[in-house]
Formats: sequence, C-alpha cells, structure tokens
Amino acid sequence: ELNYIHWKLQAGKCGLCSSVKACLSACGMACQGLQKGETLASLKRECDNLKKKLEEERGKLNDVELHQVAEKTEVLGALSVKTRRVLKGHGNKVLCMDWCKDRRRLVSSSQDGKVIVWDAFTLNKEHGITLPCTWVMACAYAPSGCAVACGGLDNKCSVVPLSLDKTENLAAKKKSVAMHTNYVSGCTFTNSDMQLLTCSGDGTCALWDVESGQLLQSFHGHTADVLSLDLAPSETGNTFVSGGCDKKANVWDMRSGQNIQSFESHESDINCVKYYPSGDAFASASDDATCRFYDLRADREVAVYQKDSIIFGASTVDFSLSGRLLFAGYNDYTINAWDVLKGTRVSVLFGHENRISRVRVSPDGTALCSASWDNTLRIWA
Amino acid sequence: MTINTLAKGGWYREQMTCFRKMEKVIVAMQDPDMGMKMRNQRLLITVIPHAMTGRDVIDWLIQKYNICEEEALHVGGMLVRYGYIYPLKEPRSLVLRADETPYRFQTPYFWTSTRWPASELDYAIYLAKKNIRKQGELMEYEKERYSLLHKRINHTWDFVVMQAREQLRASKQRRKADRIVLECQEQAYWLINRPPPGAHNVLDMGLEKPNNFSLRVTLNSDYYKREIESCRRALGRNRVKSSICLEGFVKFSEQYQNHDPIMQGCLPSNPWISDDTAHWTMNSEIVPVPTRLRVERWSFSFMELLNDPIGRREFMTYLEKEFSAENLCFWQACEDIRHGESSKIIQKVEDVYKNFLAPGAARWVNIDSKTMDKTLEGIKHPHRFVMDDAQLHIYFLMKKDSYPRYLKSDLYKNMLAKAIVPQETKKSVFPFMRRQRHSSPSPAQAVTQVTEEDGRAMGAGKAGTNSAAGSHV
Repeated sequence: ELNYIHWKLQAGKCGLCSSVKACLSACGMACQGLQKGETLASLKRECDNLKKKLEEERGKLNDVELHQVAEKTEVLGALSVKTRRVLKGHGNKVLCMDWCKDRRRLVSSSQDGKVIVWDAFTLNKEHGITLPCTWVMACAYAPSGCAVACGGLDNKCSVVPLSLDKTENLAAKKKSVAMHTNYVSGCTFTNSDMQLLTCSGDGTCALWDVESGQLLQSFHGHTADVLSLDLAPSETGNTFVSGGCDKKANVWDMRSGQNIQSFESHESDINCVKYYPSGDAFASASDDATCRFYDLRADREVAVYQKDSIIFGASTVDFSLSGRLLFAGYNDYTINAWDVLKGTRVSVLFGHENRISRVRVSPDGTALCSASWDNTLRIWA
Repeated sequence: MTINTLAKGGWYREQMTCFRKMEKVIVAMQDPDMGMKMRNQRLLITVIPHAMTGRDVIDWLIQKYNICEEEALHVGGMLVRYGYIYPLKEPRSLVLRADETPYRFQTPYFWTSTRWPASELDYAIYLAKKNIRKQGELMEYEKERYSLLHKRINHTWDFVVMQAREQLRASKQRRKADRIVLECQEQAYWLINRPPPGAHNVLDMGLEKPNNFSLRVTLNSDYYKREIESCRRALGRNRVKSSICLEGFVKFSEQYQNHDPIMQGCLPSNPWISDDTAHWTMNSEIVPVPTRLRVERWSFSFMELLNDPIGRREFMTYLEKEFSAENLCFWQACEDIRHGESSKIIQKVEDVYKNFLAPGAARWVNIDSKTMDKTLEGIKHPHRFVMDDAQLHIYFLMKKDSYPRYLKSDLYKNMLAKAIVPQETKKSVFPFMRRQRHSSPSPAQAVTQVTEEDGRAMGAGKAGTNSAAGSHV
C-alpha cells in the first residue's frame, strides 16, 4: 500500500519486501544491510565519532555570543499585553489551534474529538466538526481558508472542506489524507491547499498529496515520537524543521527526504519547533523547561531561554512578527515572553487555569492566541 | 514496588523532573541559613510548630528568584497545588494566600514523588481509617470510592481494615499536636493524588508518551548508515561566522520593529483592543491605496514584494514596462506546478514549455543553456519539481536585477508617496461602551463563488484576480 508508511527494518532486512540488498520497494527505502567487515558496533562508533567532529567544527566559527551582539539594542519594557477575548465552547482540553490567513478566524481541536472554527473577533463559532476519535492533537487551516486539516489518535490526518450550509454535517465530507502507524502530533498545509505535511508518534514525518491521498515523501531519522514541525518561510520554500521525544530537532529537504541539519542540545523531549520570521533560525520548546534558539547558517544553538523560577516544561513557542519576542507556553499555566536577542524574560502572562498546549501569533502580528487544557483559548493583544 | 516500575513511562519521567526541581526549592526554603523563618502557629487550642505564613513564602521567593509579587504568588501557588506546602486552616483549599494564612511543609514521606503513582491499597487504608475514626466523616465522593474499592480489592479487605486499625492505634499514642499534623499531611497527600470530582487534577498528565527504552525505530545498520551519511553531509556544509549571522538577527528585528503590532502598536488601532476593524480594512489583500508601512515592506526583501498581491501586481506592471514580464509569469506558472494538484502537473508542464521554453515561444524566458538542457530533459518525464532549477534561475535573475531597479523606479517612489499613513484613533470618550464587533464574510464562501480558473490562480497567488476571497469588509 503506497499510502502506508511502514518502517520496521530488522537487522539488514527490509520488513516490507524482505530483500537484503539494494531495494527500492513500495516503501521507497533503499535497504543496504551490513557489508563485509562491518558490525553494528563499528557503525555506531563511526557515527559517534563523526558527531563529535561535527560539534568541533560548529564551535570553530563561534566568535561571539548573541547577547553580546544584542548589547547595543534597546532594553524592552514589560509588555502591556492583556487578554482581549476568551473563547469558550470546548468541553475538554484544547490541544491545538491555527490561525486563518484572514487574521481573525482560527481553528481549534480538543481532547473530546471536537474541532471548532471560530471568528475570534466576534467570538462566533462558525463551524463544528465532531471526529470519531479523541485527542485531536493536530489541526491546521488551509491557506485558502476553505478547509481545515485535523488528526490525532486515529493515526490519520483528514481534510474537511468548510461549507457555509448550516444543515450540512461537515464530518461527512471529511477526507482521509495522511495515514501513519501511530498518533498524528502535528500537521500543516504547505503553500497551497494541495499538500499536507504531517508528523507522528511513529517517528516519521510525511508529505501528502491532498487530492489523491498519495504519499509524496517520507522523512526518517527521528528515533522516537515526532511532536512538532514547522515549514520554513524561505524564498525557495523547500525545507521544514521537526522536533521530538529523541531530543533532536531535524531540518529536512522536502524534495529529497534528506535530513540536512540536526541539533541535539535539549535535555528532554522537544515539544514544539518554530521558525524565526526570516527563516535563518528556529526556536524550540522542551520538557527541560528551556526554549532554545538555533542559527541555521552558523549551524549551532545560539541562545537558551531559561530562568530558575521556571520549573515546568515548555510546550509551545512562537515569534512575534519582527522576531524580537518569543512567546512560550508552559505546563505551569503561564506564557513567558522572551527577548530573543538579549535572552531575558520580558513579561509573564497569567490567566489560564491549566497547561498551555499551543501559542500562535496571528498572521499580521496583531495578537497572540493561546490554547489550554482549561478548555479555553485566549486572545492577547 | 513492582507497580511503580511498570508504570514508568514518558510522563513519569517528565513529572519526576518537575518534582525534583520543586523539591530543590522546598529544601532551599528550609535551609537553616538562607531559608525562611519558621514560627509556631496557633490552631484553635493547639500550637503547631514549624509553620510559616503565605506572606513569608512569597517574600522568600521574591528575594530568592528576583521576581515580582505576582510571579512569586504563582510559583508558590504551584508548590501548594503539588502538595509540597499545605494550608493548616483550610486544608481542602490548596491555594497560596499572600497574607497571614498559616502553611507547613509536607513531610518527604508524603511527597507525591516518594511513592508514585499512589496505590489503591494505600487509598483504601486511608479511607478506612477515616471511616473508623469518625463515622460519617467520609465525604460523599469518598464514600462512593470506598465502596468501589471494597468491590475491587475485596480479597485484601481484611488486610485493609487491619492496617487501618493498627495505624489509628499508633497515632493515638502521639501528642495531639503531632496527631493533627499527621492527619493534615495525609489529607493533603490524598487531596492531590485522589482529587475530589470536579477539582483540578494537577497530576493529569494527558496522553502517555513513550519512555526512553521504547524507541519507534530499530537502531540497525540502515539507521546508522543514514546517520553517518547525514553527518558527512553536515561536516561538508558551509558555515557562516557567528558575528555575521547574529548581526543579521539584530538587523532583521530592527527593520521589522515598526511593523510589529505587539511591540509598537498599529495604526489606526489594534482591532483586538479597540474593536475597530479599520486596520484590517486598510490592509486587505487588495485595496485601492495601500498603507505606507506596507509599501515600505516591499523594499525589505524580494520575497516580501512577491508575497503581497498588490506588490506583485505593481512589480508586474514595472516588468511590462521593461519588457521582461515573462519572467514573473514564468515564475508564477512554476509555483503553480509545485503547489498545485498532482493530476494537473503533466498538463501544466506542457503549457509552460509551450509558452515559455519552446524555441520561438510567445513569452520565451532567458535561461542559461545548461539549465535549459537539464530542464528540457526533465520535461520528458514531468514531475512536480521538474521546473525547480529554471524557476530558481529566473527568481534570482529578477531578485538581483529587476527588483533593485524597481525600488529605484518612479513607479515605486510614487506608490510610496501616495501611500496612506492612518491617523491613530483617539481613545473612546466613553471607555465602558464597547463598540459593536462586526463579522466578516468567511473565506469559505469563495468555494461557491469562484470558478475553477480563479481557484487555481488564487492558489498560485496571481495578483489582480477576483478579490472575493481577499477583501474583508
């Protein structure tokens, strides 16, 4: 089945086609097996040595720290950001949300299987979709504004066209696009409604053709659940970053499926990754209670956002429009705003009564939306 | 013991990390030199030693972490919610108050992390003790749970009752003050590990994530070979000096600072704050006259210009004057192939070849011969990325040549000159009267109104198309 990602290679043998030599089977993977004189231990050693060398190389061009370069920038005063809307309507934990390009609508998904499309400005609930599964951990708005994607414990990601006909049952028009072998943790449309990028608890990411449901490319390299991904805002639009329970953040080439850069500096699961607006860097949020900033051109971690008084894990991050502020949601129910350049904490936002699952700045940067396990979403501005 | 090790999963690991950190704070609070001052607290007629007030806790946190009152209240509040500090007066209210309310440190024996997860057997013994000690002392929900447990672990019920009686007898031999303290501690432990229905369950960890030992992927030869290949590639990549990269971030943030509403506000006002959608109306996808900030942004990067429908339209107009509009048209057509439906790829590639690449084509684009040959070869077996090289070539051509000249052109300068600078909306005279919040047409409407032709154009972002999906007035 071409739509099915099957990654269960035993020692040197492809689990799908049982071949031991070079094989480009339906699973699209080249299987090589062990060559003469190789053992798993020798391969692992070679791998570890190369990684050490890589760290050395990365350190060589490290001639200054970010906060030093940022000394000349002005100190930011505390933000005058307040809750401006509270979106009530979900009956259980809100797990994910995404803004529509029109800057005021958004889609949110919940533990009880409900997906709601809101006009956050008027607080109107415009569409409600009930999925047959619980824990809808991923949802995304299509660039056209005419559809949403959602998925979770059903191991699938489906696309639902939004109809304005109130009598229509949206869930009936739901179309399964992505199929993983474990829960879907994140999804995003690429530059159009036609392609969907997903990440999963099965350790892989995948690119899908929405129309046909065909798997266009799969991305292997993580060794544990992948929890988050983000598409690069670059000119050539060909890369994305993912982060997961193996504590790694990987940058991928969407065309070839190759892992082009990898960062492993967190001490625990990476819950969220998000690109800096220029596409030259990305930030991550982790259970180790820190957020980190990675420079893609320098190829290294350049900042760690942490504070002694912040004890609980960070679950989500997003940048303000200029990239100067980094908003991070934590498991202690707060949102911290960090000065990306100076590394200091600018403000704390209180208000939610349970964990923050997602924060997203609106497309024009006018507001921040936070989704929480307290069943609500808040708009801050 | 075995139950605990079996339960070790991802959330065990995550939660234990937090517990350990909180415990460090608690230990620091009790440090003889740098810790808090304890005092005796009077509870009715009994005097409880080693207590502190909520105020003490907050002041200590403010001093230790250099944080404000609100944050100290929050951090301290978490310590109470997780049971490391419990209130003496209202034991069921696990809230930190910033006043003279007395609190006490939980004994490590009753730390949640000590025996986690809490066992059913222990809970049964606790409820049995309560029941025996004072008939009717069990709350309604506790009675329900008690009878449920009685059914579930009926086979050990004799043991449960015996243990309960034994513990009650031992506690009677203690001083009254110690007895009260022990009861408080135990009660606090169970309020957290078995919260009443409807109460906030602080130990709710959500979905189980795997532990370190259950990898999703077998670490076999293929995995290592791929990793090795990845590392080799990574070693060979070009790295840029930190001083250059980091300077880039400073410049970028400076350039965009005025455009960042959360940092600098926006004109005429932020719709979320003022309930006035004028800002959105003025900045719709297609407007007769764009704002100054928007036109300025076109000069930040070529991508900014192309991403804005009006910017792209203006650039097209400029290219037409220069007789090089085919470049932008070609680029757009390639985008359409890359991001469009798979089923239309073959047709679209053919069209692009006919219009832009074939000898004598109506809108022939000037690509270097190497790229042209490679592309023509690729067209024989068309796929989504077959135009990538050619598209990139034309993109950089426009970026390096036409784009800088456009920014110096009269066309752009006039655009900038006549661009709108909105007036800041004066704050409402009657701040309590909220403006009516108007709804806007849903982008989903576009599905019914727009034809297939326009649908494709919208996907590719061509400028000047049907603006039904764009404007939101």
